[in-house]
Amino acid sequence: MAEGKLCNRKPINTEEELKELMADRGGRKYYEEMESLDVDQDALWSSIRKTFLSRLKTWIEICARCGMCADSCFFYLANDKDPTQVPSYKIQSTLGEIVRKKGKVDNEFMRMTMDTAWSKCTCCNRCAIYCPFGIDMGVMFSYVRGLCFSQGFVPWEMKIGSGMHRVYRAQMDVTTEDWVDTVEFEEEGIEDEYPGMKIPVDKENADILYTLNAREAKHYPEDISEAAILFNLAGENWTVPSEGWEETSLTMFAGDWEGCKMQVENVYDAMDRLKPKRMVVTECGHAYRATILEGPYWAGLKSGKTPIESIHYVEWVAEVLRSGKLKIDPSKKIKEPVTLQDSCNYIRNGGLREVTREIMSYLAEDFREMTPCKDHNFCCGGGGGLNGIGRYHKQRNAGLKVKRDQILATGAKFVIAPCHNCWDAIRDMEGIYKIGIKWSFLKPLLLDMAIIPDHFKPEEE
Amino acid sequence: MYQFVTGPLAWLAFGVFFIGLIVRTVLYIKGLNWKMDRVTYGVNTKYGVKGAFRSVISWILPFGTHGWRSHPVFTVITFVFHLSLLISAIFLPAHNYILKQKWGVSLITIPEAVGDIMAIAVMIAVVLFIIRRIALTEVRIITTAYDYLILLIAVAPFVTGFIAYHQFFDYELWVILHILSGELMLIAIPFTKLSHFVLFFLSRIQIGMDFGIKRGGMKNSGFVW
Ligand code: SF4
Ligand code: SF4
Repeated sequence: MAEGKLCNRKPINTEEELKELMADRGGRKYYEEMESLDVDQDALWSSIRKTFLSRLKTWIEICARCGMCADSCFFYLANDKDPTQVPSYKIQSTLGEIVRKKGKVDNEFMRMTMDTAWSKCTCCNRCAIYCPFGIDMGVMFSYVRGLCFSQGFVPWEMKIGSGMHRVYRAQMDVTTEDWVDTVEFEEEGIEDEYPGMKIPVDKENADILYTLNAREAKHYPEDISEAAILFNLAGENWTVPSEGWEETSLTMFAGDWEGCKMQVENVYDAMDRLKPKRMVVTECGHAYRATILEGPYWAGLKSGKTPIESIHYVEWVAEVLRSGKLKIDPSKKIKEPVTLQDSCNYIRNGGLREVTREIMSYLAEDFREMTPCKDHNFCCGGGGGLNGIGRYHKQRNAGLKVKRDQILATGAKFVIAPCHNCWDAIRDMEGIYKIGIKWSFLKPLLLDMAIIPDHFKPEEE
Repeated sequence: MYQFVTGPLAWLAFGVFFIGLIVRTVLYIKGLNWKMDRVTYGVNTKYGVKGAFRSVISWILPFGTHGWRSHPVFTVITFVFHLSLLISAIFLPAHNYILKQKWGVSLITIPEAVGDIMAIAVMIAVVLFIIRRIALTEVRIITTAYDYLILLIAVAPFVTGFIAYHQFFDYELWVILHILSGELMLIAIPFTKLSHFVLFFLSRIQIGMDFGIKRGGMKNSGFVW
C-alpha cells in the first residue's frame, strides 16, 4: 500500500524524522504525497468496530436532521449561513459516510474528511448544547481526527506537533536543558527587581506544582517571570518540575491518542516524583482540557482525575484575590470598559464560568459580558489547533468574524483572554480586521495592580 | 380481519415494541465505556446523576433551554406534535376500550373531541415539518428520504384514525388501516430513528453525566442548557 516518505501512517518518533518533515517548508511535498496516500480500509474499519460505541453510534443514528444545531456553530454564522457548515451535515457527510460504507472510502474522501475535521470544526462543543439529543460534534470530530491521524491524513503542522510531543514531550523543541536554562535566566531577571524572589525547580512537597505551555518557554519567557513574581507575592510554596512541565497537547488536536498518553504521563510522573499538594496550570485552555480533564482517561486512571488535585490559573487567581493573599491596589483597577473571552475548554467544558466572573469583580470597574457568554460563548475562532494550520488560514480568518462582532457589540476595546489560543486568535483578528482593540492575559494585569510587600522591595541605597 | 389485527398482530406489535425498546436500552448501556467516552460513570456518580437530571428536565420543558428558546416556532410545533401524539395514543377512549376488552385494564381517558383536535394537530405539525424540511436550506441539506419515511410512519395512524372516526369513507376498512398503521409504528420504533422514544432519554442522560462529572459539573452550580 502506497505511503509517502513524509506523509504516511507512521507517527514521528525521532528527532531526525521531525527535522526532515519540518524542512519541507509549508508542507508542500507532504501534501503532494498525501494525494497518493492509500487508505488502509481494513484497518480503518477494524478500528471503527472497536471504538465506535453506543454513544457515537446513537448520535449518528438518531440525529433527527432537524437543523437546530445550525446557528449554534460559529462557522455557519461566519460563512453567511452556508448549509455545508451545518454541524449535522459536516459529521454525516464524513464520519456518517465512513461508517455507512464500512470504511470503504478512498483517498479523495479522506482528504475531504481531513479538511472538514480541521478547518470546519474547532471542537468547541457548542453545537452539543443546542441539539435536543445532546449530539456533540466536537467529540465526534475529535474522534474523526483520530481516524484521520491513524491513516496519515493529518495537516502538516499537526503531524509536526504530534512529533514534537513524542520527541521532546513538549509542543515545541524545548529540551529539559533549554527549559531549566530558561528558568534560571528568568530567575536572575526577577531577582534583580525583587530581591529574594526565586523560581524553585524540582522542590519536593511544595503546595503548588506549576506547569505551563512550551510557547512560554520558547517565545514568551516573560510569562514565566510574571507567574513567578505573582506566586512569590502571594507567598506560595511552589515549584516547577524540570521534567513534565509542559501542559499542552498538540497530540490532542492531531488525534494522536498514543502521543496524548505519553505526554500526560510525563506530567503525572512529575506529580509522583515531587509530591506537591496541587498543580496549577497556566492561562491556557486546551492545556487544561488535555492534561486535567481528558488526560486521566488517556492514562487509564479510573478516578477520572489527575493523581493530585489540579486547577486552572483562573481558579488560583480567584482564590488568592478572595483570600487576600494577593492584594490589589484598588486605585489601579481597570477603569475602561473591558470584556472577557471565555475559553471553550475550561468554561463550557470545564465549569469555570463562576470563578472568572469573580476575578472580573476584583479587577474591573466596567466589566461587559459578551453575548452570548459563559457556557454558551462562541469559540474565539482559532481553537482545536486551527490557529496554527497554514492550509486553513483563510477559513480561520473568516471564522474570526463572529468573535469580532461579539467584541464590538460590548463597546469595550479591551479583551482579557486567559487562554493562549484565544489570545492568538484575538491578536490575529486585530491584525486582519483592525478594530482597535487591546488584549491581555491576566498575569501582566495582576502584576500592574498588585501591592508589593515591603520585603520584596529593593533596599534603599 | 378485525379480530386478527387487534388480536395476534397487536400482541406481536406490542411485543416487538416493548422487547425492542428494552434491548435497545440494554445495548446502549452495555456499549457505554468510561475510557472511550471519557466519563467515569461509576466514579463521582452523584454529580453525574445531578447532571443527568438537569440535562433531561431542561430539555423536556418547552422553552427550558437556550436551544428551544432560540427556535420558538419550531419548539411549539415540536412540543405540540410530541405531546399530542403521545397523549392521544395512550389516553384516547377508543384505545382504552380495546384495552379493557382485551386485558381488563383501563387508564384515564381524554374526551373524544380533544383526541380529535390532537389528531389534527399532529397532522398539521407533520405538514409544517415537511415544509420546513423543504424551505430551510440548513434543514434541506441534511434531509434524506428516510426522514420523510419516518414522518409518514408517524402520521399514518392519525390520518387513518381521523378518517375512520369521522366515517368519511368505509369505516370498517379505515379502522383496520388505522390499527395496522399504529402497529407498524410500534414495530418501527425500536428499529428506526423513532427509537429516540428511549434513546432521547439515554442520550440526554449520557451527555448530562458527561457535563456533570467531567466537564465542569464538579466545579460550578450545574450546566446551563
Ligand atoms: S440539532 Fe441534533 S438532531 Fe438536530 S440536526 Fe443537529 S445534530 Fe441532528
Ligand atoms: S464543535 Fe463547534 S465548531 Fe465544531 S461543529 Fe460544533 S459548534 Fe461548530
